[in-house]
Amino acid sequence: MYGLNLDWEIEPGPRTCTLEDYKGAEARWCPGCGDHAVLNAVHRLARDERWPTERTVVVSGIGCSSRFPHYMSTYGFHGLHGRALPVACGIRSRRPDLDVIVITGDGDCCAIGTAHWIHAIRYNMNLTVLLLDNNIYGLTKSQTSPTTRFGEKSNTHPKGSFFASLNPISVTLGIPNASFVAQTIDWNPPHLYATIKAAHRHQGTSFVRILQRCPHFTPHVFAPAQQDLNQVLLMTHAEGIQLEEPARKLFPNCVEHDPRDLAAARRLADREDVYPVGLFYRKEGALRYDEHTATGIDFTPQQKLDALNRILDRFRI
Amino acid sequence: MSKELAVASGFSEHRCILLPVDQHIVEIVSDSGEGAQTCGQMFGALCAKSGFGVWTVEIIPAEIEPPARSRAGASGNRIRIGSQPVTNAGDCADLVVAFNEQVVYSRIDAGALRAGTLLFLDNCWASDPDPSIRSMYAEAVEDFLRRGYEVSEIPVQEQCRQYTEDPRRGKNMWVLGMLCALYDLDMDLVRRELAQRFARKGDAVIQKNLALLEGGHNWTVKQVERRFHVPARKPAQPMVVMNGNQALGLGIMAAGIELCSMYPITPATSASHFLASVFEQVGGFVHQAEDEIAAIGFAIGASYAGKTAVTITSGPGLALKTEFLGLAVMAEIPLVVVVVQRGGPSTGLPTKIEQGDLLASLYGSPGDSPKIVLAPATIEECFHFMVLARKLAEEFRGPVIVLSDANLATGQQPFPRPSPSLSWLAPPVDQNDWNPDVPPFAWDPKTGLSKRPVPGQKGGEYVLTGLAHDEHSHVAYESAINQRAMEMRSRKLAVLRSALRPPAVHGDAEGDLLVVGWGSTLGAIEEAVDRLRAEGWRVSSLHLRFLSPLEPGLPEIFARFRRVMTVEINYSDTPGQPYIEEGSRRYAQLATLLRAQTLVDVDCWSRVPGSPLPPGAIVEALRPRLEAITRNREVESCTA
Ligand SMILES: Cc1ncc(C[n+]2csc(CCOP(=O)(O)OP(=O)(O)O)c2C)c(N)n1
Ligand SMILES: [Mg+2]
Repeated sequence: MYGLNLDWEIEPGPRTCTLEDYKGAEARWCPGCGDHAVLNAVHRLARDERWPTERTVVVSGIGCSSRFPHYMSTYGFHGLHGRALPVACGIRSRRPDLDVIVITGDGDCCAIGTAHWIHAIRYNMNLTVLLLDNNIYGLTKSQTSPTTRFGEKSNTHPKGSFFASLNPISVTLGIPNASFVAQTIDWNPPHLYATIKAAHRHQGTSFVRILQRCPHFTPHVFAPAQQDLNQVLLMTHAEGIQLEEPARKLFPNCVEHDPRDLAAARRLADREDVYPVGLFYRKEGALRYDEHTATGIDFTPQQKLDALNRILDRFRI
Repeated sequence: MSKELAVASGFSEHRCILLPVDQHIVEIVSDSGEGAQTCGQMFGALCAKSGFGVWTVEIIPAEIEPPARSRAGASGNRIRIGSQPVTNAGDCADLVVAFNEQVVYSRIDAGALRAGTLLFLDNCWASDPDPSIRSMYAEAVEDFLRRGYEVSEIPVQEQCRQYTEDPRRGKNMWVLGMLCALYDLDMDLVRRELAQRFARKGDAVIQKNLALLEGGHNWTVKQVERRFHVPARKPAQPMVVMNGNQALGLGIMAAGIELCSMYPITPATSASHFLASVFEQVGGFVHQAEDEIAAIGFAIGASYAGKTAVTITSGPGLALKTEFLGLAVMAEIPLVVVVVQRGGPSTGLPTKIEQGDLLASLYGSPGDSPKIVLAPATIEECFHFMVLARKLAEEFRGPVIVLSDANLATGQQPFPRPSPSLSWLAPPVDQNDWNPDVPPFAWDPKTGLSKRPVPGQKGGEYVLTGLAHDEHSHVAYESAINQRAMEMRSRKLAVLRSALRPPAVHGDAEGDLLVVGWGSTLGAIEEAVDRLRAEGWRVSSLHLRFLSPLEPGLPEIFARFRRVMTVEINYSDTPGQPYIEEGSRRYAQLATLLRAQTLVDVDCWSRVPGSPLPPGAIVEALRPRLEAITRNREVESCTA
């Protein structure tokens, strides 16, 4: 499953394994948009792990970021604003053989789709959820999003946002049954790649918030952190996201954090002086709803018919 | 209707008068929590098993925990039985058993009693320690007598004390025993049924209930002279009896649908309750989502992945699902959506019947979103339409809405046991390679029909999108492509319509008035039409099952009648009221649709009583119209 099949690792058969094999239509995001970086990372990971295109489904909502599935050559579902997660869960519910990746934006996930976000985390089905968080509504041209920082100006709040922003990591860490919560940045390809890879390997819902630059509407938001990696705090641990030494060296700020420690994860998530990146929390063996929803998928038509006849007979006169 | 005959009965030592009746309407009403519903359901099932025609309606309290002895708390069941199949709840009750006098008033308010109704009333209130209750009771009994009911005060509570310390919880079984005596049911059958019903609760519970049942039966045999004899007809084929929501659940399983994704809402939820209790036996799963939007999204996800799914809801839930319904139309995703209608708008009348969601189903999604809409008219059709809906959803690649209502949902009716076949089940997911030369929307230029690739099929990889798209599912904003894609999606409805037969007319194929209905009103409308025809009026009726596309041949059928009108349980303006004139009058929903589609001046009579339309009320509504039409006809023939 998931292209991690050992047979393929040992002997790459006729399986596709070039980047081109995973590319769909040409990406139409603005030059310099962080979405390109995420797409590149996913293309590379798909190639490296030789994902079978026919068993991979990329599901998204609506937004600039949600155009993502069109740029993949796998199956894709570009549905409704805010509703990627119910669709993804539905796909998983009766098709445990499919690898489901969810692409969502900060408006998509944290505003209109909030209910689904919270409950999908509880369900903990095997999904890889990438939240492309540019702190703004991009597609609809610069409206305040739940993650927009306090005082930040947008077309709907020309004098600045009224609220403290919502922290998607803190919220997710507060949801029971969360099993994989990570954060990364689009402007460090090795960390982005390693985080998505670890998320994809995780069995359960892996939630990755990607700080994503929007050169058009919010260039100033992440520019300081991009220019000065001192504003980024790399969480390291043997159980966390693994970076090659040269890539790791780029991060001047590191903290050792055991991703099994939920309380420590929450403290780190709440820090406002830096952007912690890496794995906040992972729980192996958390309850998986898709193990229940798939019960009975192996029933034969005859089995179904026999059972139905038995049930019908209970209503016999 | 019922000729009085004195006949020696089987209970030879007790004199009794046997009244042969070819149909009877029985009501059992109590405070909620006293079990009149259980009693009524069991009595209905027993009557069906005894070979009577049966239709039952639940009497549902307006509140969850209403105060005791209140009109708002009346809870119970109406059971109409007959020697012929019964198709609706009928008019007034012939016999009412009430656990207190206040709940009777709720039935009087609902127009359920008439002069002559036989009213059995628990007399325990006559000796209640509270003097105000005693006087309320005494006043009510006097009032009931004034109203012409035949009141029989009976010691239900007192008798039950012999068998249980808490008679409030046992009265219902005692009353069941009483009814079994009154209608001369086979007590062996009754005992078996009771033992089966309480099997899971253990032997002690069974014994206690049996004692109450026998107690009620014996008391009645000794103390009540009258018996009602409904000639039973043993049906030729095996029969089943169930309510409409159970029929939906069984139909879902018979269709091979393997996922039911829902959010609780009355009166749809009980279908999911039933499914949840049995679905795993056929390998299915009930998903309770976080809201109705998620429920349909989940079902759509499963369907996109090749699995058959249904989402079940009622009006408020349908409203939330409309955006996803539009996506299912746009991206041609098969899906069955069941809407068990209740009173609207907004939270409306949650437990009560209305047919108010027809136009919302047809036109509720923004943009042009042609979809199939069906309405079963009987409980049997609730079953079979699920198989039909699943096939239509797949064949025509889109959502199919099935409109049931609270009347079908909770009513019970016997019907021939379906014989499910393998061909009814959804085929397994096709995982063969897909020919990459065939695009995901290879619309047949004539029919708009196409086949879809399903994840897992190599070569079929595509990105489904709710944006305007071409055959390849590529986002396309070009006007010509948009025009054509709209044509293709719309064409499918016309193709389906071309495969339908014109509906059958009940009564003569021509006449003065044609009554058109849809959904659960079938039985009441036909009974009303039959009564009027017996009076000599030239009236017929027609019942639609396909609302989108509309069944063919309607203009031709309509042309053979002087007037056409619909009878519906939804709102329409009544001509003659302030400001209501031809230009401002809003018609009932099917009438609006028929007027638009046929250009015939279709009139309507519709009401929103929150309860089924009794045939008698329909008769009274139609008669003046028939008189007017006949007068006009005579005037016309004079001037001709
Ligand atoms: C029901 C609905 N409401 C509103 C919209 C309009 N809309 C489209 S995308 C979007 C916000 C997108 O923001 P985000 O999720 O942050 O994605 P981004 O474009 O920033 O990647 C909105 C409001 C819509 N398509 N559907
Ligand atoms: Mg955004």
